[in-house]
Amino acid sequence: MAYRPGPFALALMGLIVVFLLVPLVAVVPISFTPSEYLALPQGAYSLRHYRALVDDPAWGNSALLSLWVGIVASALATTLATAFGIGLWFLQPRLTRLLVGFVIMPMVVPPVISAVTLYFMLTSLSKFAGAIGYDTWPGVVIAHIVMISPFAVVMVLVALSRLDRRIDMAARSCGASVPRRIFSVILPNIRFGVATAAFLSFILSWEEIAVTLFITSTKAITLPRLVWSGLRDNVDPAIAALSVLLILVTIVLMVVITVVRARADRKPAH
Amino acid sequence: MKRHVWYWGLIAPLPLFLAIVYLVPFLGVVRWSVTEPQLGFGNYVRVFTDPLVLSVLWRTLRVCVLVTLATTIMAYALSYIWVFASPPIQRLVEFGVLIPFWISTLTRAFGWLVLLYNRGLINTGLRDLGLIDFPLTLVRNEFGVVVGMTHFLVPFAVLPLVSSMRHLDTRVLTAARGMGASRFHVFRSVLFPMTMPGVVGAALITLIFSLGFFITPAILGGGRSVLVAEFIYVQIFQTVDWGIAGAISVVLMVAVAALIALFIRLTRVEQMVG
Repeated sequence: MAYRPGPFALALMGLIVVFLLVPLVAVVPISFTPSEYLALPQGAYSLRHYRALVDDPAWGNSALLSLWVGIVASALATTLATAFGIGLWFLQPRLTRLLVGFVIMPMVVPPVISAVTLYFMLTSLSKFAGAIGYDTWPGVVIAHIVMISPFAVVMVLVALSRLDRRIDMAARSCGASVPRRIFSVILPNIRFGVATAAFLSFILSWEEIAVTLFITSTKAITLPRLVWSGLRDNVDPAIAALSVLLILVTIVLMVVITVVRARADRKPAH
Repeated sequence: MKRHVWYWGLIAPLPLFLAIVYLVPFLGVVRWSVTEPQLGFGNYVRVFTDPLVLSVLWRTLRVCVLVTLATTIMAYALSYIWVFASPPIQRLVEFGVLIPFWISTLTRAFGWLVLLYNRGLINTGLRDLGLIDFPLTLVRNEFGVVVGMTHFLVPFAVLPLVSSMRHLDTRVLTAARGMGASRFHVFRSVLFPMTMPGVVGAALITLIFSLGFFITPAILGGGRSVLVAEFIYVQIFQTVDWGIAGAISVVLMVAVAALIALFIRLTRVEQMVG
């Protein structure tokens, strides 16, 4: 007979799950308020704050910028991380632990210290090359690559650790060149890991705010940056409407990923 | 060997990139701390003597310890259910943990603002029920900060606890129950001691993450309960005192590095014993 938790533990779990979900549910009624400030709708409902997201070009522009930065940063971070992981997998140098420890540093360093560091880097860069320094989109991309590549590295390393070395040995003894081994042997076998790395790093860049706040001011306003400005002063209920949309997208994506993964598990890889 | 050139060509770009845009600039921040406004360790003396800085550091420590306690307790209860309950309940916990995990910091802090502020859902609800006449101050103070940070960190603490509980031999628990121990007794004398390494690991991860927290405390503290990360932001962008910002960053970095070293040592010991 399996060991099962008792009623007290189940009740406690129920309360904690409510605690975890209640702030996400709370934004839903607020987003339908007809008033100009944060308030519960008193009988009357309105979609004006959803309209505001469409009518005010600031929201659309920021969303496009975030999308662009996210795609570029995640593509570059995933490429760097995949090359790094495959190189280590081939060579297995003694320095492996040290190198991996070094590249995942931005994941464990407190975000505020990364933010100060990247602020220093980009303001120094601005003195030589204003177009890619402080408060520019390439500057945001550089900073985001730093913050997201550790996660991509972890995903790629996990995928590589499950790879059978013998298939690469076979390719090598048949005389395959290094690029051939990478593109025809390794990459097809870790494609799910690489795709996960790209997806995760896109999401992390799309949401990034702690560092972005330090390295942008008026020109490179990403979506989280715009939300931040709206949260600090008079809270704009359009943020509630935006939050509802983002939560819905998250839940839909989670369901899709669960279904896709369940299907991939059912089908054997070969 | 030609092949080695290829391999290092694959490995090198990422560490080199990080060295240039991350490691070297960090040394620049360290330099601020001893050169701005003048050469010397004046900024470090200020970190440990200036009453304002000390009060911020003290508040950060107090809030982070509270958050770590609350987070570890909640994460423990969730992990326990996640590992041992029947599959449908397991799935409920999984969604309860993973949905907030994937939603951004800003959205989650905003959700708490909506619940906790003076005309928010909780105050409105309590007033409609006639339980209070004046709104309770639930946000823009330490209470709001602790609630928001705990909410953010619970999923991060659940994942290591779940993996440590999965490795338990559950027959020990069944045996203890079979010998007539109450559920509480099983928890206190068997389950909790066996999961202690996981608890310490989860608590350390929570503490490490919470110390440099910026966004959630800044929104829910409303500029009043300033923690160290927001204080650094204010020093750079408002008071323009780069020296003290650099010095506090270095002190924070050293504290976090010490905690990480402790974490690595404890998990290694665990691996050797287990």
